[in-house]
Amino acid sequence: MAWTAVRALAVGAAVVASGILVASLRVNPYFYFAGYVILQYVVIATAWNILGGYAGYVNFGTPAFFALGAYTAVFLIQSVRPPLVVLIVAGGLVSALLGLGIGYFTLRLRGVFFSIATLALAIVLQTMIINWEYVGGSRGISVIRPSGPPFGSHVKFLFTVMVALAVVAVLAARFIERSWVGRGLAALRDNEEAAECMGVPTLRLKLFATTVSGFLLGVAGAPFPYYVTFVEPNSAFNLDYAVNALAMPMIGGTTSWVGPVIGAVLLGTAQQLATVTISSELNLFIVGVVLVAFVVLAPEGILGLVRRLRAR
Amino acid sequence: MGHQLEIHGLVKRFGGFTALNRVSLHVKAGERFGLIGPNGSGKTTLINCVAGSLTADQGRILFEDRDLTGLPPHRRTRLGIARTFQIPRPFTSMTVLENLGVPLEYTGRTRAGDGAGNGMDILEAIGLERKAHVLPAGLTQIEMRKLELARAMAARPKLLISDEAMAGLSSAEVDDILAILFRLNAQGITIIMIEHIMRAVMRFSERIVVLDAGEEIAAGTPDEIVRNPAVEKAYLGE
Repeated sequence: MAWTAVRALAVGAAVVASGILVASLRVNPYFYFAGYVILQYVVIATAWNILGGYAGYVNFGTPAFFALGAYTAVFLIQSVRPPLVVLIVAGGLVSALLGLGIGYFTLRLRGVFFSIATLALAIVLQTMIINWEYVGGSRGISVIRPSGPPFGSHVKFLFTVMVALAVVAVLAARFIERSWVGRGLAALRDNEEAAECMGVPTLRLKLFATTVSGFLLGVAGAPFPYYVTFVEPNSAFNLDYAVNALAMPMIGGTTSWVGPVIGAVLLGTAQQLATVTISSELNLFIVGVVLVAFVVLAPEGILGLVRRLRAR
Repeated sequence: MGHQLEIHGLVKRFGGFTALNRVSLHVKAGERFGLIGPNGSGKTTLINCVAGSLTADQGRILFEDRDLTGLPPHRRTRLGIARTFQIPRPFTSMTVLENLGVPLEYTGRTRAGDGAGNGMDILEAIGLERKAHVLPAGLTQIEMRKLELARAMAARPKLLISDEAMAGLSSAEVDDILAILFRLNAQGITIIMIEHIMRAVMRFSERIVVLDAGEEIAAGTPDEIVRNPAVEKAYLGE
């Protein structure tokens, strides 16, 4: 294994360890709540970026993948109550299948048509969930958490789980970006026809990207039922996920794994602060204003800005 | 045997418009082959069918006796067919050298490394080595054409299809590109040249086929083509 990969793994392990350390502190539980949401957005933004940033296929259907992970978990909790790790893996796999399927049927569509198809997917899936009583239908469903969580608190436990998932997602994105797959995805993002003529198996790489992206979005959604304890379609399929998944990588920078992390931490933190200090309705307003500002002033995100300043 | 590329009765329709009507042609290994014809005569459609970007409605294409029907473009590239694009299509987020890295990596046996050594060799052969670390946006028109050629070379082709690599270039620049193509051909690479610049095609090609309205109207050596009245009619009208 390359030296940088070893170093990345070490840093990842250190982040998880410090997450556990933070969880053992005795501070206001609200910080874990907020931290969970921000980390969840690190996973979502990173997952979105594998398809949207690396391959250039803009997915508006993030809520569909996230909610499918959450509802897979709800279904399993209702039926067999497996441990959380099983919920996470199952949620990821079901969403990965959705990613593979939507990829297969829509990736012959390019540009905006692909985006429209993913938007439609979210609506179709939400309608199906609304009409499925077993997982709560439109009324929603209460989820009972298992007793005796580690760290003596569910919030702290789920916080550390999300730290680990964020580390896994970021490491996966970084690995893809630096592999031959990442270079092939970049080529097809720049010019799909030229990439194909230069020996890049574009269809296969795109299916890989939709599947991995779907998997990680499902993984982000799977712990959601235990986090909120009450799951209903409007919150699981919330528009916030679609907007944030797109805005965070755009603000951070889409060409590198660092971008979505920066975007998720900055925007996620700003949203949490606004929710506490001003009003929860201000969330999407902040995202909107910041996104417009970046698209106009720094279309390559914070990473692009940094690169431009360095080049001077 | 004997022919590297065989095209048999190729038909391509776009709706009611027949872009290629039963076109057949053969190209020998190592040949310098010219493909000419007025605008809209089907030249680019033909090479899109060979490269795999378009699927023909009828007919067969054989490369080294292998039927290409149903093979996606990237598989054809790996068999040894590379092309350049009429309007350059560089990978805009990558430097010139990284552009070459894509075909080097995806057509090479090994998937390790960025193939920088090999890429630099190709850039030097084409005279683009000083721009190796520049983004395509910083290239001039002729450098952009050279990048197209260099990137196609990085796919290690046996057959190189050059689609109007010289359009819009000055006379000296045309000579520059011609010299590169002659050198590549001397290394044993078959070259199909599609070009509007008659001076270049006539000087370069050993054999020329003329297309008009999707049909072959003439074939022969440059001398024969120049003297062919049908060709003159196709270009100039009656």
